[in-house]
Amino acid sequence: MRNYLYLLYGWVRGEIFAIPGRVIALIFFICLLSAPLITQEPYYLRIIIFATLYALFAASWDLLAGFTGQLNLGHALFFGVAAYAAALFNKYLHLPPWMTIPVGAIAAVFVGLIVGIPALRLRGFYLALVTLSFPLILTGLIFMFPDFTGGEMGLSDIARLSSSGTLNYFIIVIVFAVSTLIMWKFTDAGSKILRTGVILHAIREDEIAARASGINTTGYKLLAFAVSGFFAGIAGGLYVHFIRVAGPSTLELFFSFQAILWTVFGGITTIYGAVAGAFILYPLVEIMSNYPWGEKVRFIFLAVTLICTLLFMPEGITVWVRDKIEVKCPRCKLTNIYMRTHCRACRASLRLEPK
Amino acid sequence: MLGDILINGLMAGGMFAILAVGFSLIFGVAKILNMSHTAFYMITAFLILIGVTLLGFPLLPSLAGSIAITMILGILCFKLFFDRVKEHQTAVMIISVALAMLFQEIFLLAFGGHYRGVPPFITGFAEILGTRVSYQHLFAIGASALILAGLWVLLSRTKLGIAIRAVAEDREIANLMGIDLSRIFMIVMAISVALAGLAGAVLAPIYMVSPFMWMQPLVITLAAVVLGGFGSIGGCVIASFILGYTETIVTFLVPGSTFLRGAVSLSIMVLVLLIRPEGLFGVAFEEERL
Repeated sequence: MRNYLYLLYGWVRGEIFAIPGRVIALIFFICLLSAPLITQEPYYLRIIIFATLYALFAASWDLLAGFTGQLNLGHALFFGVAAYAAALFNKYLHLPPWMTIPVGAIAAVFVGLIVGIPALRLRGFYLALVTLSFPLILTGLIFMFPDFTGGEMGLSDIARLSSSGTLNYFIIVIVFAVSTLIMWKFTDAGSKILRTGVILHAIREDEIAARASGINTTGYKLLAFAVSGFFAGIAGGLYVHFIRVAGPSTLELFFSFQAILWTVFGGITTIYGAVAGAFILYPLVEIMSNYPWGEKVRFIFLAVTLICTLLFMPEGITVWVRDKIEVKCPRCKLTNIYMRTHCRACRASLRLEPK
Repeated sequence: MLGDILINGLMAGGMFAILAVGFSLIFGVAKILNMSHTAFYMITAFLILIGVTLLGFPLLPSLAGSIAITMILGILCFKLFFDRVKEHQTAVMIISVALAMLFQEIFLLAFGGHYRGVPPFITGFAEILGTRVSYQHLFAIGASALILAGLWVLLSRTKLGIAIRAVAEDREIANLMGIDLSRIFMIVMAISVALAGLAGAVLAPIYMVSPFMWMQPLVITLAAVVLGGFGSIGGCVIASFILGYTETIVTFLVPGSTFLRGAVSLSIMVLVLLIRPEGLFGVAFEEERL
């Protein structure tokens, strides 16, 4: 027993405490879980819940566009389809939330596969523009059948996620934590268990070379669409049971762009970047809009932030910070805190000796 | 009814063609996917509104002035933003989305979200095929024909046009032949923005001016460019007319269906792309390695 504890301690020390980025992530999750103990103010909890859902949404965009290179400009499609599917199943068939959310996510997977079919033949900007058009087509359809879909007003009176606000909070945060962990492992190119991460990287970098190496690129691209759609769908289902209205705003062009904005600000091709971007920008804008001046300039602020990010730290804020606090050992590729001069495992010098 | 559809479709098609050709030009030459293209169209419409209604300038100087200011703004955007990240095409695209949002919000802040009208340049109407067609519509059709013809002459008959096409064909070789790439990019950006500005100038009296007026044309422009095939200017023009007529027919035949217009055009685009992934007139390249 003692031995196992000691092993666990060693693992935690080596894998988490030694790497500043992971320490930050750990502190972040502890804060996220303990937020209801600090404040019971519904307004703040609401902001955190929205940030959580949007972070999940942005991370799923990052999986598809950042890692696999399938630039999707209509990512709100997955979110909106899941939101509407969950709402319809709840409203007309009276299924409880724990069933409608998976059903919504599966609907989003299904749509992801349908959208993925053109992706097999199109590449680059053609794909971007085609994906852009799907949510707009669906919005047209929703407006065409207002009796069934609620039209412009959307579907209201959806069942609550759970009976109490605090329980809602914990359900959403835990689903978010598990989903991000899965997405992170799924895209981790250095993973020893799953090969998907490195394959998706290969497809993004050079699809023809990947195919020449015997990788079924078609299948993996569809898989990326399905997984990304699934997690965006989970976010959409939770969202609709949290605010209890499913409206066409979930399909808006601007909503798709916001996912891109959060991800690019936080750092593209890193799941944690998308999470950080949503958790920094969304509350900031939300708090700004409490003031009359902030209400007016919030989108100007967002646009300027995005432009400045791309011009001055094109890899995003998390990567910029990470490069400041972490340094990779040139010999054994182990991550070290920036203060060290020699690698913690192999004792190789981390920097060139000063002359 | 038939006359209405014919005239309105011709006008919508012509205007989409001008927008789509400008968009296609800057993409083909500099590989900039400029999502703020129609935002420049909105800027010109607003500048005309400011010039004519608020400052009371006569029509022609305010038209010319607005287009000139838009062109300068376009060149500034290119120099300050696009040029600095042009190695990453995705970054260029995201910056252009942000720019469109920025322009929209600035005008929203200054003018509010409601729709405003610009007085027509020419009043009165003519009787064609039994329908009343205002001179402004005829002017728009004539202007689009003239602009497209002018652009065709520029691209096929002048030295600058040949240089532009050479750069679009093969950047490195064009550069080796002594063509200054960054100068050509800047000129093409100016032409492209000026085309968007011209469309805005002609359409401002017909459609209402508002900060959100760039969204709908952007979607149709993208659909036209993809439908026609990237890099094919002629394909772009034909696709624009197809989409212009589709929109008009849907608007006239299905009552109360303004929200369906975009959906029908986009469905046509998706269907065509499923059958011909390179668009109607695009050239199917060998799978290229980026």
